[in-house]
Amino acid sequence: MTYLVPVLILGVCGLAAAILLTAASKLFYVEVDERVEKISQSLPQANCGACGYAGCADYADAIVNSGAPTNLCRPGGADAAQKIAGVLGTAAAEVVPMAAVVRCSGDCNATQTKFEFDGVQSCKAAKRFYSGTGSCKYGCLGYGDCMSVCEHDAIRIENGIAKVIPNRCGACGQCAAVCPNSLISIRPLAKHIDVFCSSKDNGKATKLNCKNGCIGCRICEKKCPNEAIHVNDFHASIDYEKCTNCGECMKACPAKVIHSCEV
Amino acid sequence: MKALMVILLSAMLTDNFVLSKFMGICPFLGVSKKLDSASGMGIAVTFVMICATAVTYPIHHAVLVPNGLEYFDTVVFILVIALFVQLVETALKKTIPSLYKSLGVYLPLITTNCAVLGVTVLNIDNSYSFVQSIVNSFGAGLGFMLALVIFSGVRKKMEYADIPETFKGVPATLIAASIVSVSFMGFSGLFS
Repeated sequence: MTYLVPVLILGVCGLAAAILLTAASKLFYVEVDERVEKISQSLPQANCGACGYAGCADYADAIVNSGAPTNLCRPGGADAAQKIAGVLGTAAAEVVPMAAVVRCSGDCNATQTKFEFDGVQSCKAAKRFYSGTGSCKYGCLGYGDCMSVCEHDAIRIENGIAKVIPNRCGACGQCAAVCPNSLISIRPLAKHIDVFCSSKDNGKATKLNCKNGCIGCRICEKKCPNEAIHVNDFHASIDYEKCTNCGECMKACPAKVIHSCEV
Repeated sequence: MKALMVILLSAMLTDNFVLSKFMGICPFLGVSKKLDSASGMGIAVTFVMICATAVTYPIHHAVLVPNGLEYFDTVVFILVIALFVQLVETALKKTIPSLYKSLGVYLPLITTNCAVLGVTVLNIDNSYSFVQSIVNSFGAGLGFMLALVIFSGVRKKMEYADIPETFKGVPATLIAASIVSVSFMGFSGLFS
């Protein structure tokens, strides 16, 4: 009897609550477009945010309700775009495959170590401590912050610098966001030639700090038939809109800092 | 009437649930980034507090006390609070979807907001009458909203402030919260 009363009271309260809630859910029923659910299912559910929306569900909602482009999902690529198009009944939008690239080639053979760093083993912490241990303050710090955020297991630290494995990369851009030196960017996969240096020092200072650095000599600029490569802030960078993969800059570069990303 | 005013104002200012009693800190820090979601959260919490008190008070005095089940307060009160939170959630989803979205996970978290359970239990502990309990809940809800709205203003200013790198983000927010709390300590002794 001692147990019966409390159980009964709680049971009655629960029942009353259940009835009220059922009534409320009928009264305030919201119709959800079933296409949103279907599109959400065809997305990778990585919630990486590369599309510019808060997550896969948010992007699916934006496609149906505010007409967002169907080709924004980078990890999903052409596959996801096709599925979305299937749900919407439209032609699949073209998807340019993208991949991340780390613009530094200052590995342990090319740079010197300024000091031993015993602090927290992350690029962010090392950067705050005299811009890291490497002689070049613009270069890869090598503690692998990018590697640890990568959900696709596409980044490796090799000989002190980060390397992207392009065919694994989902181009979500999380690595680009964490790199304290902003060395990583997302580029079209097909344009495989890139400049692997981001030093803003002049040629002499760069060379002093790193054997593999870009010295800003502008030879590539002159050799490029399409005016696709330009030297700004003492290092070259490529305009992918104009680049045709001809490889003239690669052959001409005296510092051998321009090469192909393909492994 | 005067006694009711004292209960209302002391629940709002001197015994502010967030800034003097450390209750409901989670939504206080979580939803105070923008003014509109802060005030929306404040209204939702106030509504839940009043409704929960209106139901828990009669349940306590008419059902639990006669059966000698005072120890049962917590379980039944949580059930009632969960019910009202769920009601607010379904109603908001239909009526104001944008607010529903901006409140996000903090809306169902009102269920475990200790300020809500706190006010219902404190009403019983202080042996308030029904009207006093409702007024106390209303004051507590208003105080919660006041704290959120004031703090959202502070946080908006902080976005433009040059904060030292080490303090950026959560540390600076917590320091600002402590300073706002200090300002509310100025009200202590106002109604004694």
